[in-house]
Amino acid sequence: MDRSILHVDMNACYASIECLYDPSIRDKPVAVGGDAEARHGIILAKNQIAKKYGVTTGEALWQAKQKCPQLVIIKPHYDRYLRFSALARQIYGSYTDQVESFGLDECWLDVSGSVHLFGEAAVIAEEIRERVKRELGITVSVGVSYNKVFAKLGSDLKKPDAVSVLTRDNYRDKVWPLPASDLLYVGRATTRKLYNHGIETIGQLAKTDPELLQAWFGKVGMILYWFANGLDNSPVMSVGDETIIKSIGNSTTTPRDLMNELDAKIVFYMLAESVAERMRDHGFLAKTVQISVRDNGLFWFQKQMKLDEPTCLASELCDTAMELLRISYRWQNPLRSIGIRGCDLIPATTPKQLKLFEDEAEREKLEQLERAVDDIRRRFGHYAIYRAVVEFDPTLKHINPKEDHTIHPIGYFKAN
Amino acid sequence: MAKDVKKEYVSILAQINVDGTIQPLRVLLEDGRKYDIDEVKDKCRAASLRAGGCGIRYTIRIGARDTYLFDEDGRWFVELRVS
Repeated sequence: MDRSILHVDMNACYASIECLYDPSIRDKPVAVGGDAEARHGIILAKNQIAKKYGVTTGEALWQAKQKCPQLVIIKPHYDRYLRFSALARQIYGSYTDQVESFGLDECWLDVSGSVHLFGEAAVIAEEIRERVKRELGITVSVGVSYNKVFAKLGSDLKKPDAVSVLTRDNYRDKVWPLPASDLLYVGRATTRKLYNHGIETIGQLAKTDPELLQAWFGKVGMILYWFANGLDNSPVMSVGDETIIKSIGNSTTTPRDLMNELDAKIVFYMLAESVAERMRDHGFLAKTVQISVRDNGLFWFQKQMKLDEPTCLASELCDTAMELLRISYRWQNPLRSIGIRGCDLIPATTPKQLKLFEDEAEREKLEQLERAVDDIRRRFGHYAIYRAVVEFDPTLKHINPKEDHTIHPIGYFKAN
Repeated sequence: MAKDVKKEYVSILAQINVDGTIQPLRVLLEDGRKYDIDEVKDKCRAASLRAGGCGIRYTIRIGARDTYLFDEDGRWFVELRVS
């Protein structure tokens, strides 16, 4: 039997929530944007009215202002968005325990097991749409289908505040005319490549020989073929499974450009400390360190390196990050934003091979030291204690306590 | 839209029942006005589009009039009419 899967997407989530809280701006073009002073000056979300003016997510605040001079720009309130996200999940949770988040504002629900309790999937979708509107005061659009990929496409078909159903009978009419770029996993590069091969719609993609796709894109080619034909059978995670953490990372756009290694080191230390603290909180060690770097020309790259030994020490994370940066970057341009991530996580309780020629006692001491720092910060605040290196430029200091990180959608294939 | 109403945070005198539920008894406005709640007619999760917020909404009767009282994660507000 086919599964019944919903994809619920909160319409213009951040902007809707801000408009809910401030009735006086509801009939104006509104955008939620970062802090231009601290150089987080891009549009994060916009409401329908701002959309009409051509304001797009991701553009600079000044660009948006040019298109729409009367645009109301509001600073983001992440605590509110987190609260609404949790409240929405509570509503979804009353229909099924298979609720999988994709970012803050999107969720998949597998309601196959609940249809005999609450009615057909489309009925549940309508009920969820109504309830979110009544209880949270914001609108959602829901896609209903027999797989996750089509459900997600469905939620984009009609919005705001709507339900779209994609079945085995109608997907050829409704999905196939859509541009290939609407499909999950088709980004800008893939779109261009497909276009060069004469493929513009999902339908054309679906009818392309899968072996050809595989030749063009490798493994992803097969995935695209499956997605376009609705052959995706990936499960919707259960509430409990989703907490499996694959990696812990943190990145920031710094208040000023980073000019040299010392600047980078200051910021890497701040980031590494918050990453290490979170790893210790969750009881993890990282086997791999990854850095992401963006220069002021927005050139961007990621590099990673395996560690000799799994670690949860900020100093080791930071040293590795600096080494990676030294190998891979020549300071052609100053840096605008950097990030560090601990990957290949293993539980801290995993037995480990002790080294004959390395001072294990010293490492243990270091870990105790960092734990003591965690403790001091927990009790007296983040800035009660910090590394001396930070004092080289205190302006960089005010970037990133542990709470400051944002939530982005993680990969689709979490189970792999 | 909704210019006649503003979000007014209020103090609440309430009774906490044996089962942990909260029963609001009296609303105290910041300007000193007090209103005894004669009846709680309904309780559900709802958004206040008029005042701007969302939480647990109590439909309460004060004298002859029904009005809403919201528990927004521990802070309470009413939709106060402004003339």
